[in-house]
Amino acid sequence: MTTHATHTSLGLDSRKMAFWAFIGSECLLFTSLISTYLVYKGRSVVGPYPHEILNIPFTSVSTFDLLMSSLMMVLALAAVQRGDMKWGKIWLFSTALLGLVFLGGQVVEFTEFVHKGLTLQTNLFGCTFFVLTGTHGAHVTVGVLWLLTLWVRALQGKLTAANAMTVEITGLYWHFVDVVWIVIFTVVYLIQ
Amino acid sequence: MTEHSHPTSGVYLRVAAVLVILTVLEVGIFYVPAFHPVLVPVLLVLSAAKCALVVMFYMHLKADSRVFTFLFGAPLLLAAVVMVALLFLLLGALTLRGAAGAG
Amino acid sequence: MKSWLTTTDHKRIGLLYFFTAFAFFLIGGIEALVIRAQLAQPNGHLVTAETYNQLFTMHGTTMVFLALMPLSASFFNYIVPLQIGARDVAFPRLNAFSYWVFLLGGLFLNASWLVGPLFHAGQLNVAPDGGWFGYANLTERQFSPGPNIDFWLLGLQILGISSLAAGFNFIVTILNLRAPGMRMMRLPVFTWMTLVTQFLVITAFPVITVALAFLMFDRFFGTHFYVSQAGATPILWQHLFWLFGHPEVYILILPAMGIVSDVLPTFARKPLFGYTVVVYSGVLIGFMGWGVWSHHMFSVGLGPIADSVFSATTMLIAVPTGVKIFNWIATLWGGDIRGTTALHFAVGFIAMFIIGGLSGVTHASPPADLQQTDTYYVVAHIHYVLFGGTIMGLFAGIYYWWPKMTGRLLSEPLGKWHFWLQFVGMNLAFFPMHLIGLLGMPRRIYTYSPELGVSDLNLVSTIGAFLIALSILLFIVNIVRTRTQGQRAGNDPWGGATLEWSIPSPPPVYNFSVIPTVANRLPRWKTEHHEPMRDPPAAPPAPIHVPGGSWWPMLAAFGLPILALAPLTHTLWIAFVGVAVLLAGIYLWAFEPFEV
Repeated sequence: MTTHATHTSLGLDSRKMAFWAFIGSECLLFTSLISTYLVYKGRSVVGPYPHEILNIPFTSVSTFDLLMSSLMMVLALAAVQRGDMKWGKIWLFSTALLGLVFLGGQVVEFTEFVHKGLTLQTNLFGCTFFVLTGTHGAHVTVGVLWLLTLWVRALQGKLTAANAMTVEITGLYWHFVDVVWIVIFTVVYLIQ
Repeated sequence: MTEHSHPTSGVYLRVAAVLVILTVLEVGIFYVPAFHPVLVPVLLVLSAAKCALVVMFYMHLKADSRVFTFLFGAPLLLAAVVMVALLFLLLGALTLRGAAGAG
Repeated sequence: MKSWLTTTDHKRIGLLYFFTAFAFFLIGGIEALVIRAQLAQPNGHLVTAETYNQLFTMHGTTMVFLALMPLSASFFNYIVPLQIGARDVAFPRLNAFSYWVFLLGGLFLNASWLVGPLFHAGQLNVAPDGGWFGYANLTERQFSPGPNIDFWLLGLQILGISSLAAGFNFIVTILNLRAPGMRMMRLPVFTWMTLVTQFLVITAFPVITVALAFLMFDRFFGTHFYVSQAGATPILWQHLFWLFGHPEVYILILPAMGIVSDVLPTFARKPLFGYTVVVYSGVLIGFMGWGVWSHHMFSVGLGPIADSVFSATTMLIAVPTGVKIFNWIATLWGGDIRGTTALHFAVGFIAMFIIGGLSGVTHASPPADLQQTDTYYVVAHIHYVLFGGTIMGLFAGIYYWWPKMTGRLLSEPLGKWHFWLQFVGMNLAFFPMHLIGLLGMPRRIYTYSPELGVSDLNLVSTIGAFLIALSILLFIVNIVRTRTQGQRAGNDPWGGATLEWSIPSPPPVYNFSVIPTVANRLPRWKTEHHEPMRDPPAAPPAPIHVPGGSWWPMLAAFGLPILALAPLTHTLWIAFVGVAVLLAGIYLWAFEPFEV
């Protein structure tokens, strides 16, 4: 009989604790990006300017898409927690799919903007917008990869209720990325 | 490990519904010119509400240990203060520079 | 050898950090010696101005990121799990990852000394040359066209990941892996200060990550984050950098303060005076450290309101610091003092840090600072707090914990020689700089004219620097001699109060044969309130599972410098290789069976 290190002083899962600390850290990352966007808002020397370019209806659909993906994520977690791997797989895949739809929307949006003359280099709006939303998009991409990895593991039968914490942490990441988007949507798109 | 009660799907669906409604309200305020004087504070409140709902219910922070709330909340508070400070420090400075016509 | 490459044992990782960091410390020291040799006389021509810029940039960058931080990390790694009664850190493979990323980042940064020809430079060295704080827009491609700044920003991004990973690891370790009964207010002060430091790391490093990312975009992708003509401002860089940079200096000093707080009681045979106050002061310093950053920008023209606010916050932060100093002095007062080398360094820390703190307080006044900023007065301040402070504190830790880590005691006579030479050397080197600065010598100039009237003082400073070098040589002799001739240490050569002294030196791989149950703050001492604890038995009652090593943290770590090579060499496909290596490492790591 070997002794394993299962004791924890707070009775909490170490991975979950690390992940919340990570999310706290990411708050500083996105705040620096958003602050820069706000500080430089209205300072572009040349256009195009936000009101000429931003497509609120389109982005509202993207926002809705991401919100629904959070719902899918939490349903996936609930399914895995109760051992229902059939629905676990469905919801995990759906979350990833909606994430891909969001990314597709970003690609379409960015391409539109470039055609209308807004690139990274054009002006301050361009560089702050693309770096901020690009960083967020990179986070979504990592999330999609993560979700698909879990989905494949589930297909292989290697994801069970015992691994529910892994799914929970994936969820924390995914919801946080959604929360960041809520802020970006408000601060960049709606408050012009 | 700690057992916490798992919310039912019903809770999640209701939260989702509220999130959609709040988003509709946000976009609505954007499009209705009559609301523009209060646009910024209302949007900030609405989006804060959405964030809170996702964090408290989808990320389960409301029911979970306060340690997690601290690990997330303290940096979040710090970030908010830093943002406000940066806005104060840099927005004023840029205005002055613009007014002075300096490059 | 392979076991060292795949190790996930916090003790081995601690030793790896120590020797790697010490090597970088020597490199940074040599850079300092060349600087001082160049400045020993007016109109010096030992090095060109261009090389001189690289020397002081790399000296600062190396000392901060590759020497001081990792030396502290070597103690976080080795000592913290022992002090809290744990078998290892929360995430041993992440710990290994942090180390390999640090090593690779340091090598990446220093490679710039040798690879000039690969970048069509006229000489060997294309090291970073924009100062350790890299102010925009000097660092923009327009004014720094070569690869120098690229090495700097890419190297720092790599190193940032190492620090962040370690930050998460140690926060969870300290919060979640404490032995039964090890309440937060029973933690040794070193562990407490480590915890505060890690919170500073995980909140401050993201800000410099963004600042560096903006610089990277400006330099590689033609953006204008710091370019005035586009409506932007170089001041944004300063704000973002110092938002990181000021917490960074507390990251540098708090661990050393923690070490001193553990060393003093042991050699005064008296508990730390005002433990609670010392802990709270450390936490307060951590929080308040976020409120002072623009005191590095008093000459920028922020306006009277900003200047006043930051002046006030800067003066206020002296208060918890001062409180700690009084508590340390009170700890020694009336104690049964044993003048070991470790104690010498700890007391030296207090004295030197007071001087550095005093010059710091003079900086807190914007009108005074306008005279001091960008002069050698600031260089004096920096080195009194970082050399007189952090490095002396680290040496106190080295002499204190060396027997625990190696099983042998460092020579006390050699140690005293080391201390006194270093003490005299550092004061000779840095005290004149207060005067040199006030007499008008700016920082970061490669030479000066004799008319300035600072020639003699500069010579004295240079002599001091070389004395420091001599003292470090003595220390190296001490280490080498001790390997074979050092007196063997038992579990507890000093009569320490805390858990690390309850186990063999060096500890067995599993640290504690039985995880202790802690009942008070000074478990190994007999006090008027309690008896000393019983040390864990020599052998564990049942076999203890110890996780094996893993290659994957190192593999993943390699992905980062490979990725960094892509922008450095303006070749896109290398980025894909880097990402592939990183992902491969992560996936193999994630699916590898590994039980803590």
